[in-house]
Amino acid sequence: MSDKILEIQGVSKFFGSVIALQNVSMFVRPGEVTCLLGDNGAGKSTLIKTLAGVHKPSEGKYFFEGKETLFESPREALNAGIATVYQDLAMIPLMSIWRNFFLGSEPLKAGPIFDIENAKRITREEMAKMGIDIRDPDQPVGTLSGGERQSVAIARAVYFGAKVLILDEPTAALGVKQAGVVLRYIVEARNRGIGVIFITHNPHHAYPVGDHFVILKRGQIFGDYAKEEVPIDHLIQMMAGGADLEQLQHELAEATGRS
Amino acid sequence: MTDERVRQMSLANRLLTRPEFGAFLALVVVWIFFAIVAFDNNFVSWVTTAAILNRAAPLGILAVAVALLMISGEFDLSIGSIVGFAGMAIMLLITPAEAGGFGLPVWVAVLIALMITLLTGFFNGVLVMATRLPSFIITLGSLFIFRGLAVAIPRLMTNRTQLGGFEDYDSGGWAAAFATKIEVGGARFDIAIIWWIVIAAIATIVLLKTHIGNWIFGTGGDANAARNVGVPVAKLKIALFMVTALAAFIVALIQATQLNSADSLRGTLKEFEAIIAVVVGGTLLTGGYGSVLGPVFGALIFAMVQQGIIITGVDGDWFRVFVGGILVLAVIFNNFIRQRASKR
Repeated sequence: MSDKILEIQGVSKFFGSVIALQNVSMFVRPGEVTCLLGDNGAGKSTLIKTLAGVHKPSEGKYFFEGKETLFESPREALNAGIATVYQDLAMIPLMSIWRNFFLGSEPLKAGPIFDIENAKRITREEMAKMGIDIRDPDQPVGTLSGGERQSVAIARAVYFGAKVLILDEPTAALGVKQAGVVLRYIVEARNRGIGVIFITHNPHHAYPVGDHFVILKRGQIFGDYAKEEVPIDHLIQMMAGGADLEQLQHELAEATGRS
Repeated sequence: MTDERVRQMSLANRLLTRPEFGAFLALVVVWIFFAIVAFDNNFVSWVTTAAILNRAAPLGILAVAVALLMISGEFDLSIGSIVGFAGMAIMLLITPAEAGGFGLPVWVAVLIALMITLLTGFFNGVLVMATRLPSFIITLGSLFIFRGLAVAIPRLMTNRTQLGGFEDYDSGGWAAAFATKIEVGGARFDIAIIWWIVIAAIATIVLLKTHIGNWIFGTGGDANAARNVGVPVAKLKIALFMVTALAAFIVALIQATQLNSADSLRGTLKEFEAIIAVVVGGTLLTGGYGSVLGPVFGALIFAMVQQGIIITGVDGDWFRVFVGGILVLAVIFNNFIRQRASKR
């Protein structure tokens, strides 16, 4: 299809003798959520960094908006419209929400004077558009919950014109309710026509929001399924490696039976 | 735009969340203390007030620059040495060739000395950014390097470490802008106080009202995060090292014009006094949090204790004990209110 906004074909990445990624192909369309699922060590981090312009692929092709592209730096990718929200976030806890929101892209009114009123107003409005009502833009980000922090980071990426949003495990380390907040945000971003790549190791978070699911295992693509093709049970099985999981269930059953 | 989840914070609580609040409170307490203890020694008077402000001004100018640098997450331990270095640079460039100097016109000498001093800050900044070593270590090294240069070069050229006679050279009258004293109520206030106020005002505007201020907070809060969103962290920090060098230069120029001389050892220990003023002023040692007003209060406390001890006739040896005690108390207090305030 030609409407894929971001696509990689046959990408491999080597670090010395280590094969981090091998022959990986995936894509995302505008207004869709591609979920990238994989267990620890599957190569998710390397793949994200390759998509975000941090790493250059050792082999393979990178297409953005239909054109073959090679980003020299994350900044270049960001300027093109590929925003990455990392797990550890680009949020500064001691700074207020509005200062964080505009850090590095401050609106100026005269000379170097920061347009603070507008910054506060836009922060509040953008958060409201995404369905989050922030109490006080002057609040330090450190006083927000983990889910709210992720939401500020996503809202910021969306406001600054992201066409593709790469989210690195945004729901990891969050409670059920908080993860829900972030998932709603992902749907909001998708509805606004952004192509979202959602990285997670939790199929329960991926399934409700994903349009298709890419499973990464040991540096290779294990499968790429549209939502209609795959029920959630299959997804879970494939992720953990079905046979391993059955073996584990069997062992656990035996162990509990004995005690 | 009301939200039931936002409590109307009381005025007291809103003040508590400001970084300079602790220092302001300490300033009031110290003043009241000396106003009672040293009332008979004329503490509450124009003369004493002038003496305190005259003492506080040079330290305050340094503290303002150091505050910006510390909020961005870096230290400069060499600022005191740079004061001595800059003063010697000015005088050495002015001193006639037959006395071993360069014999340049005053304004040319001052401009060249300014350039050289800015280079010292550039040197610190580039070294810190290029090596990625803690600025504490790098500037501890340059503390010795610049002090050593301030002693060695003049000794080599003129065989002296004190160069006097600034007033003998024609400065075209502008030296008055740094050396004039203003008489109020029979007391003489240094014009340096006005420089201090102007510099503090500019620094406050930069920190709170410009995008550069946002970068300073962001860089100090998390340099990587700031870099990721496009803040030019390295350039910013190098520029701030140059700003502290500039502050050292201004102090050196004030001293050269006021005292008509330069001394290789001038500015000794000023780096620590400036850091004390900044930390007492509520700036976080690790960066990312602080203000300009806090260090202004910090410098005032420092000068007030010094002057108070002098006029009460207490043995001056006790001064350091007092200052050290205030430093520790202020940091404990600042930590305490910061925690309370953030919990609300």
